[in-house]
Amino acid sequence: MIVIENLCKQFGKLQALKNVNLTLSAGACIALVGPNGCGKTTLMKSILGMALPDKGTILFDGKDIKNEFAYRSRIGYMPQIGRYPDNMTIKQVIDMIKHLRHYPENQTDKDLITRYQINDLAHKRMSTLSGGTTQKVSAVLAFLFNPDVYILDEPTAGLDPIAAEILKDKIMEEKAKGKLILISSHLLNELDELITELIFMQDGEVLFHKKTDDLRNETGEAKISKTITNMLKKQMS
Amino acid sequence: MNRITQFVLTDIFRNKIMIAYTALLAVFSWSAFTLENNSQKGLLTLLNIILLTVPLVSVLFSTIYIYNSSEFIELLVSQPIKRGKIWFSIFTGLSISLALAFLLGAGVPLLLYASIGMFGLVAGMGVLVSVAFTAIAFFSAIFTRDKAKGIGISVLLWLYFALLFDGLVLFLLFQFADYPIENAMVFITALSPIDLARILILLQLDISAMMGYTGAIFKQFFGTALGFSISVLLLCLWTAIPFALSLYRFQHKDL
Repeated sequence: MIVIENLCKQFGKLQALKNVNLTLSAGACIALVGPNGCGKTTLMKSILGMALPDKGTILFDGKDIKNEFAYRSRIGYMPQIGRYPDNMTIKQVIDMIKHLRHYPENQTDKDLITRYQINDLAHKRMSTLSGGTTQKVSAVLAFLFNPDVYILDEPTAGLDPIAAEILKDKIMEEKAKGKLILISSHLLNELDELITELIFMQDGEVLFHKKTDDLRNETGEAKISKTITNMLKKQMS
Repeated sequence: MNRITQFVLTDIFRNKIMIAYTALLAVFSWSAFTLENNSQKGLLTLLNIILLTVPLVSVLFSTIYIYNSSEFIELLVSQPIKRGKIWFSIFTGLSISLALAFLLGAGVPLLLYASIGMFGLVAGMGVLVSVAFTAIAFFSAIFTRDKAKGIGISVLLWLYFALLFDGLVLFLLFQFADYPIENAMVFITALSPIDLARILILLQLDISAMMGYTGAIFKQFFGTALGFSISVLLLCLWTAIPFALSLYRFQHKDL
């Protein structure tokens, strides 16, 4: 569904992405892992057209996304740190995005709004919200328009265990619908039951991109976090 | 009108600075006209105040507004909306509100105290100058992420156009006083939107007769329909060029 070819991105002297080649197909739930600053967020932002690559192409359903914008209506994006206009209330932010999207109201997915009880907080200004509540708003916005692709950047960071569990359940449901889900996270244990593929990045390069079942077979470990350390050791030697 | 512009407009109408700006312009204009019984004198007083405050408020308010909307812009960029549309809609919203503030504050007394033709001219110039300095604000805000630096650039640009430019022109005038530079002066005026607006208005007042030989040359150029149209076009270019440059930069920026 998304094909990335020879993607390069430089920020000043820092090479954030080096020749990244990836194929992300529908129905997969892919974890994007790697140390801090390895280019995970840059890669996600490039797919969204927020960061513009220096070289390489990104194809969304076979179409180059360069100078395109309509494809973004099929992506639900949850940023690592959601930044919203301070003087708007939660309701205003959600309503504004709904207006801008021209999406039929009766088809929106209000599941997370109810589960997170956002309506009780609807009149709070964004500047008064805690980090966790802001994160909940980001989650609501990402899931509101039934997108085909989810790009979730550290979705559970800052959420309390109950909220994180709700989000995980929601991701599972969407995965069951055959949607493409791309998650970056450091909490590997949380991902165990969720993901079907794993991409490991380091210093802007993709070290490996494998199915989790293959990883488990190759390394003989059951836990994802163990398989990664195992794989890394193997690559070192 | 598109929804982003609508949103920006409702946001600005609640802004206290905008209300204060409208009130300030109203106080200046009403006092300029009511204290002078000669409407020409009143207009002249008003002109000087307008040509200092309108560019300053337009450029500063817009720059600060752009920086404060960085979250809003980031949110919109991840949505299925063209980048150019986002930038242009915010520009339209800011321009409309600054122009409206000017028309409400200074336009109403102008309409009551000055002739209808004069009202049209001054109101038109005020709107054009507001929009041009909004565009200049977009230009200075796009090049740096640092809010303090961006505001600094805007203030410097305003300082240049409002004060330094006149000083430079005067300096040139003195240095080359022995040469026939009148035609060159007409060209140099085009290099500042404030001076363009000032000369266009001054020439319509009776005092233009006192501006000597250069004044006569100015009148010969700016007084004709062609000269007038060219100057209005130049004022529009002062909007179009800075905005186009900022738009190009915005479309190639990582957010």
